Amino acid sequence: MSVVKKKRITYRTWINLYFIIMSITFILPFLLIVSASLTNEDILAKEGFKIIPPFIDWTGYKFVFSNVGEILRAYAVTTFQAFFGTFLSVLVMTLCAYPLSRKDFKFRKPITFFVFFTMLFNGGLIPTYLLNYKYLHLGNTIWIYILPTLCSAFYIIIFRTFFQGLPISLVESAKLDGASEIRIFFQIILPLSKPVLATVALLTLLTKWNDWYTSLIYITDSNLYTLQFLLKRILQEVEFLRFMANNTPPGIDLSYLEDMPVETLKFAMCIIAAGPMLLVFPFFQKYFAKGLTVGSVKG
Amino acid sequence: MKKMKKTSKNSTKKNLELLVLTLPAIIAYFIFNYIPMFGAIIAFKDYKAPKGILGSAWNGLENFKFFFTSQDAWRITRNTVGYALIFIVVNLVAGVFVALLLYEVRSRRALKFYQTSMMLPRFLSWVIVGYITYTLLSPTMGIFNQVIEMFGGQPVNWYSEVSAWPWILIITNTWKVIGLNSIMYYAALMGIDKAYFEAAEIDGANRFQQIIHISLPSIKPLMIVLTLLAFGNIFRGDFGLFYVIPRDVGVLYPATDIIDTYVYRGLRTGNLGITAAVGLFQSLVGFVMIVTMNGIVRKVEPDSALF
Repeated sequence: MSVVKKKRITYRTWINLYFIIMSITFILPFLLIVSASLTNEDILAKEGFKIIPPFIDWTGYKFVFSNVGEILRAYAVTTFQAFFGTFLSVLVMTLCAYPLSRKDFKFRKPITFFVFFTMLFNGGLIPTYLLNYKYLHLGNTIWIYILPTLCSAFYIIIFRTFFQGLPISLVESAKLDGASEIRIFFQIILPLSKPVLATVALLTLLTKWNDWYTSLIYITDSNLYTLQFLLKRILQEVEFLRFMANNTPPGIDLSYLEDMPVETLKFAMCIIAAGPMLLVFPFFQKYFAKGLTVGSVKG
Repeated sequence: MKKMKKTSKNSTKKNLELLVLTLPAIIAYFIFNYIPMFGAIIAFKDYKAPKGILGSAWNGLENFKFFFTSQDAWRITRNTVGYALIFIVVNLVAGVFVALLLYEVRSRRALKFYQTSMMLPRFLSWVIVGYITYTLLSPTMGIFNQVIEMFGGQPVNWYSEVSAWPWILIITNTWKVIGLNSIMYYAALMGIDKAYFEAAEIDGANRFQQIIHISLPSIKPLMIVLTLLAFGNIFRGDFGLFYVIPRDVGVLYPATDIIDTYVYRGLRTGNLGITAAVGLFQSLVGFVMIVTMNGIVRKVEPDSALF
């Protein structure tokens, strides 16, 4: 007996060791970015990226904060489109999902098909781009982040499935009291659906917060960049960093531009742009895990 | 009679009210999803910007012909489908493997820590992942080259070394998705009745035998469904992975260019007719794949079919 027990423990130790090494490969990269943002530019150039900087150097951050206009604007754009976009999106999707959950709704089948078909087939990037940009003139406006992605068939089906699980007797008794469908929706259905609302809203918010693709395709006005797209340009184009620095308001000394710490600056920007979200989202992990189980419910 | 009339009037009112609720979504879908489907006719036109989609002249299958006889056709189709197939196998094997190991961890605290760290990449955009790969791959400052030099090797210019990119892309993609993947399988493992394992233990089955005869058969349905659905998307690649991580470097296209990145470049260079043909080709094949795969899922696991 004791022999078996001992064998067990060693094999569990190996498994834990495996996971500890695996966890390190997930956490170390973040340390690398933090370290790069705090390393002196000359040392970076000479010795390369290090997990721990030889000494802490705040020059990168000083540069970022001497010219925060672009980042603050990107933060404002990202926050607005993410929160307002998520709000509108969840509203429109639940409004559509509620009638689809009602077996006695006459147009349930055709509308469900109309919604579902968009998951199977799409026109492709080119027609979509021409429509949004040339015909609807949504390019270089904030609405491009919000309107085309208003509805996701997948989430509508998740909402519908959840609403179907709510007791229909609630709806019927409210109707006897003379309530309209829209009142039933807002006063009975929505308050009962908080868990699924929270899950879908968080997933949508995360997607929108991380969006850089929309800016890449539709935005040329740098005032309307999202944070992630700003970061993408900084990562890939050194000239863009210089362009940003050249936008410095008058009165700020530009003589330091020649010795701008390009690499350090990139990573300081990355931390400032991504850090807050990385600290916040893991706290909502349980909702994401819940999203998985909700998603696995058959539509 | 009077009562029936009243009910039918009520039912019309109800149906109308419910229809109004769906209207915003219907309008949004019509504009942003259905109009572009009709717009796909541009694939059969010699598109000239000033004339617009409707005004441009038809040119039959010219655009398709041009694409399929170009060298790009084979390259981007091979890359898109090839990576998709590799990702299917790797995600399945790695996801199940990690989930099985997670199931052996008994300490709740440790379990939480492992899961949280594996889920971290789920919260990152590909852009941030791009920063991470850059710290590793940068030719002058990157960690990889530092390690190579430490052991006396020659530094590699990763952003022009085509042969390395299949590996880089596969590892990066696995790193990003394994947390979510394994947690899905882990959730399925948690659903197994513990009594099976206890009974097997009494019969003298060791852990390995229990995995083969209890754990794996129990999560087989999920394995089948996730794999088949991934097959349905075999003609689509993750644009972020293939565009941001290789930094859109032209030399690397033989190993990194997929249909999605090709279509994006077509949009930028203005070859709209040909590019739309590629996009339509992708959509059509994707449609056939999804419908076929769903048909198979419905045969194998009727409860898990999408439709």
